[in-house]
Amino acid sequence: MPTINALEITDLNKTYSNGVEALKGVSLSVEKGDFFALLGPNGAGKSTMIGIISSLVNTSSGEVKVFGDSVQKNRSAAMRHLGLVPQELNFNQFESPLDIVVNQAGYYGLTRPVAIERAEKYLKQLKLWDKHDKPARQLSGGMKRRLMIARAMVHEPELLILDEPTAGVDIEIRREMWEFIKGINDAGTTVILTTHYLEEAEQLCRNIAIINHGNLVENTDVKSLLASLDVETFLLDLREPMTVAPVVEGITTRLLDSSQLEAIVPKERSLNNLFAALDQAGVHVLSMRNKANRLEELFMRMVNEDNRDHQLESSL
Amino acid sequence: MSATLNWIGYKTLVRKEVKRILRIWGQTIVPPAITMTLYFIIFGNLIGKRIGTMDGVDYMTFIVPGLVMMSVITNSYGNMVSSFFGAKFGRHIEELLVSPLPSYVIVAGYVSGAMVRGLMVGSVVTMIAMQFTDIEIHNLWVTFSIALLTSILFALAGMVNAIFAQKFDDIAIIPTFILTPLTYLGGVFYSISLLPEFWQKVSAFNPIFYIINGFRYGMLGRSDVSIGTAYVIIILFVAILGSVCLWLVHTGKGLRS
Repeated sequence: MPTINALEITDLNKTYSNGVEALKGVSLSVEKGDFFALLGPNGAGKSTMIGIISSLVNTSSGEVKVFGDSVQKNRSAAMRHLGLVPQELNFNQFESPLDIVVNQAGYYGLTRPVAIERAEKYLKQLKLWDKHDKPARQLSGGMKRRLMIARAMVHEPELLILDEPTAGVDIEIRREMWEFIKGINDAGTTVILTTHYLEEAEQLCRNIAIINHGNLVENTDVKSLLASLDVETFLLDLREPMTVAPVVEGITTRLLDSSQLEAIVPKERSLNNLFAALDQAGVHVLSMRNKANRLEELFMRMVNEDNRDHQLESSL
Repeated sequence: MSATLNWIGYKTLVRKEVKRILRIWGQTIVPPAITMTLYFIIFGNLIGKRIGTMDGVDYMTFIVPGLVMMSVITNSYGNMVSSFFGAKFGRHIEELLVSPLPSYVIVAGYVSGAMVRGLMVGSVVTMIAMQFTDIEIHNLWVTFSIALLTSILFALAGMVNAIFAQKFDDIAIIPTFILTPLTYLGGVFYSISLLPEFWQKVSAFNPIFYIINGFRYGMLGRSDVSIGTAYVIIILFVAILGSVCLWLVHTGKGLRS
C-alpha cells in the first residue's frame, strides 16, 4: 500500500486579480514526519503557497492534498490535518490567550473540557500560562508568536506549518521555540517552516525547497544541498593592520578593512594551505568565522542565478 | 461524526460572540436602552399626550412595537457588521477560514450571535416600554416569530455589508443612509393611513414597513398590512440574503484572496 505524503502539491498556479503571477506551476511533496524548509526571498511566492495550502488563498489551477485530502475538493477534511502559524498576528487582541486557544479547539470539534485541558497544556509548554487570562494585547511580541503556536497545536494537527515563526523574536526565545518545534516533530508531526534565518533551516530541517519568482528553484535534502557547496567564505580578524591582502595560491583573498581579511576557499583546498601561506607572510590571525552560514551561501547563489535568468527572460 | 464536530464548532462561535456582547455591554446594551427611554419620554409621553390615539390605541402604545423592532433591526445589523468586519480587519476571521468549519456553520454562528444581541436589546426595550404603558401581547407566537425572523434578516444583511466593506466608513454608510431612513419611514411613529395615497404606495416598497406592521399585529393586533404578506416578504428576504451570504463565504469573496 503506497504511503500518503503529508503534502502533495501538483502544478500549482496562482495569478492575483491585479495580474501578478505569484506561483507558476509549482509541484512538490513533503513526506510524513519530515521537517521541511520552504525558503525564498520576499515576494517569491512562499506566503501565497502557504495561503493556498491553508485555504486562505484560492488557487488559479492545480491541486493541493494534505494527507491525501484535497484542499480544493474536500476542504474540511484537509483542514483537519493542518495547523497554521501565520506570519502576521491574526488573533483578537482583546481576548485572553485561554479563550483564543479554547475557541480554536472548538472550531476543530474538540469538546470544551478537552479544549480547556489542551489549551492549558500548550500554554504551559509555551510559557504563557501566567498570562492566560490577560487580554492578548498585553503580551510581548515573543509571547504573541508563541500564542499562535499554542493555538495551531491545540487540535494536535498531523501537519504544522510555521510561516516565519521566529521573526523579531530574541535569540533566547527563538532557541526555546526551536526546541519546542523539534519536540513536536520528534513526536511525529510533520513540520513545514519558512524562515529568513537560514541557520534555523540548516539546524532544524531535513529537506528543503527554494522558490523564487513563483518557480521551484531547488527541492532536495539539506545534507546533499550542503555537500554541493564548492566554496566557503571565511572572515579572519588580523592582529596587525594590513594595507594589501596576502596572495594565497588557489584561494581568493581581499581586505574588508585594515584588520579584516575575507578568504574564499574552494572545497578542494585545505584550510591548512591558507594558514601556511598567512604564516609565511607574517600575518597573525586572532579569530576566524564563516561569513554566512553554508545554507545562506548556497541560497544566495541559487537565488542570484535565478534572478539573472529571470532578467534575461524578461529582456528577450 | 462531522455533524457533531460542526455542532461543537457552532456552539463555540456563538459562545464567543455572546461573550463579546457581554464584555462590551456598555457599547452593546446600554446605549440602545438609553436612546429608547428618551424616545418613550419625548415622543410617547410628552408629544404623544397631545397626539392622543393612533389606529385606535394611545400613541405611546402605538409606537412601542416600532421602537422594539427598530432596536432589533439596528442591533442585529450593528452586531454583525462590527463583529464580522472587526474580525476581517483584525485578520482573526482567518481562525475560522483555516478551520474545517463549513461555510454554513460560520454564517449560522455569526447570525446567531447577532440575533442574541438584537433580541436581548429588543427585550430590554420591551421591559422599558412596560414602565410607560400597559402592553397586552395580542399574539405571542407572531410577536416572537417576527422578532426572530427580523433579527436573522438584518444579521444576514449586516454580513453582506461586512464582507464587502474595505474600511470602517463602509460599515457606517448603509446604516446611516439606508437602514435608518427606511426604519423611520417604515411606520415606527405613524400609521400609513395618515400618508397621501402616492406615499402609501411608495411605502409598500419598503421591507421594514412589513416588519414593523407584522410585529405591531403580534403585539397590538393592529396592522396596515396582512400578517401573511408580512411573513412572505420577511421569509423571502431571509432566503435571498441567506443564499447570498452562504455563497459569499463559500467562495471566499472579500475573505480569501
